[in-house]
Amino acid sequence: MERYYQKEIETADREQILAWQNERLVKQVRHVWDNVPYYRAKMEEKGVAPEDIQSVADLHKLPFLTKDDLRDAYPYGLLAKPLKDCVRIQSTSGTTGRRVVAFYTQHDVDLWEDCCARAITAAGGTEEDVCQVCYGYGLFTGGPGLNGGSHKVGCLTLPMSSGNTDRQLQFMVDLEATILCCTPSYAAFLGESILERGMRDKIKLKAGIFGAEAWSEEMRQDIQNKLGIKAYDIYGLTETSGPGVAFECSEQTGMHINEDHFIAEIIDPDTGEVLPEGSKGELVFTAITKEAFPLLRYRTRDICVLTRGTCSCGRTHVKMSKPMGRSDDMLIVKGVNVFPSQIETVLLEQGYPANYQIIVDRVNNSDTIEVMVEMTPENFSDNLGKITAMEKDLVSALKAMLGIYAKVRLVAPKSITRSEGKAVRIIDKRKI
Amino acid sequence: MTIPQISIFLENKTGQLADITGILSDNQVNMRAINIAETADYGVLRLIVDDAAKASSILLEQGFILTMTPVVGVAVTDTPGSLSKVLGVISHAGISVEYMYSVFGQKDGRACLIFRVADTDGLSEILEKNGIGTITGEDLGLH
Repeated sequence: MERYYQKEIETADREQILAWQNERLVKQVRHVWDNVPYYRAKMEEKGVAPEDIQSVADLHKLPFLTKDDLRDAYPYGLLAKPLKDCVRIQSTSGTTGRRVVAFYTQHDVDLWEDCCARAITAAGGTEEDVCQVCYGYGLFTGGPGLNGGSHKVGCLTLPMSSGNTDRQLQFMVDLEATILCCTPSYAAFLGESILERGMRDKIKLKAGIFGAEAWSEEMRQDIQNKLGIKAYDIYGLTETSGPGVAFECSEQTGMHINEDHFIAEIIDPDTGEVLPEGSKGELVFTAITKEAFPLLRYRTRDICVLTRGTCSCGRTHVKMSKPMGRSDDMLIVKGVNVFPSQIETVLLEQGYPANYQIIVDRVNNSDTIEVMVEMTPENFSDNLGKITAMEKDLVSALKAMLGIYAKVRLVAPKSITRSEGKAVRIIDKRKI
Repeated sequence: MTIPQISIFLENKTGQLADITGILSDNQVNMRAINIAETADYGVLRLIVDDAAKASSILLEQGFILTMTPVVGVAVTDTPGSLSKVLGVISHAGISVEYMYSVFGQKDGRACLIFRVADTDGLSEILEKNGIGTITGEDLGLH
């Protein structure tokens, strides 16, 4: 028996969903026009007024928002509610240049938690369950989102946050956790730890909800086998609220986008043109119910495919495939967004040449990132201690910029591959 | 009196050292002392050669990163305690040794040691004062 958190919404017919979207979009465009001068200016520049948007069919007339807009408008430029009405912020990990700060009213938090509650329920969660949340808590949306969703479902919630595997396993066993929420790589790691310690008989897990980083079908099988559970994917981004924008159901063939809150489009990343249904392209979201931070036509840079059709779970909302890549050069490493330009900035600041290579790999189900940098005559010394001290400074500066540890490898000059004049900056060895 | 030392950046990959010695060999450069300091990923190769100017210009041409550093050479008798005596003098003078290594073979039955310190002149002076002579490039057969 399929369970739903909000059955009438999740199984509503197409006309009903479209009716909600039309009504909410018109209202949202007016709200943004009235309250966000930054976006209003963009609309005016494009010659679009709120009256021009009468339904979802008019959505394509609106200008896009990108991460650059979020940076330009940081921190309050896209805020659509007075601060006194806001109750929360969440933020992406990362740095000044690329930091995203999203604001929430209590209404926004509620809707976000509803979305997460739908995901937990779709994974089989009920008030009888014990839900162990080992996403990071704090500015990262993973912990707070699933925590709120778990409360709404009525699960006993274990707000573990990330790390400390011994404690995770102790609580998992002693409190008989049945649902696990974390990144897929941490789930795989926990699975291995459980097998190593011969604890498989002691755990009661039945399902896991894993997101915030890319994972393959093979990895799903691996996690399901190791933990003896069903592993569900969940999708979201801080800009649109957090996890729960889309989630997997029992069919495990894509993630249902919560269309009563978000309108999804697929565009050609080069031309910005909307592509016909079923095409592979860049995913664009318009948040139609959020009050404080209502992004219209936000370009996610994630490449995927949308499919609309009947799902055996009974849900009617459109399904998105797992993201198949990016239309920019952003990397997601250990769930953290990494841009090569950030690494370049640090290298230049630290006196290294901007000729570098980033090697991302997955070792024992955990992401690794290595930055290859060429030695220069200025940085070289006959004293090895001076070189290692410089290297340590670089590692610290990268950590401060990226929020994660990146290994540095100093290499001989001209040893970084150059092809046809354009250097190969990123080598992603992960098989996802 | 100081001796010129060439320090070369070594990436930790197979054949790096052989490449360098090969280049020196092709150009008839003779090595008098060699020392390597390394981490897991890279290292510093330090060389005393008979013709430092020639060796460094050839290696630079080949794209290696290097630096020239003056170092102090000391000859000690090949008997127990002779190095200890030299180090005692250096330590007593409050001079810290960044690194040291030895030269191939012997000179008049004495072992030759290379010292790298921040103040090479200061070290030479202290050693002379204590009756420990420093050796010259000529002593090592350098051009």
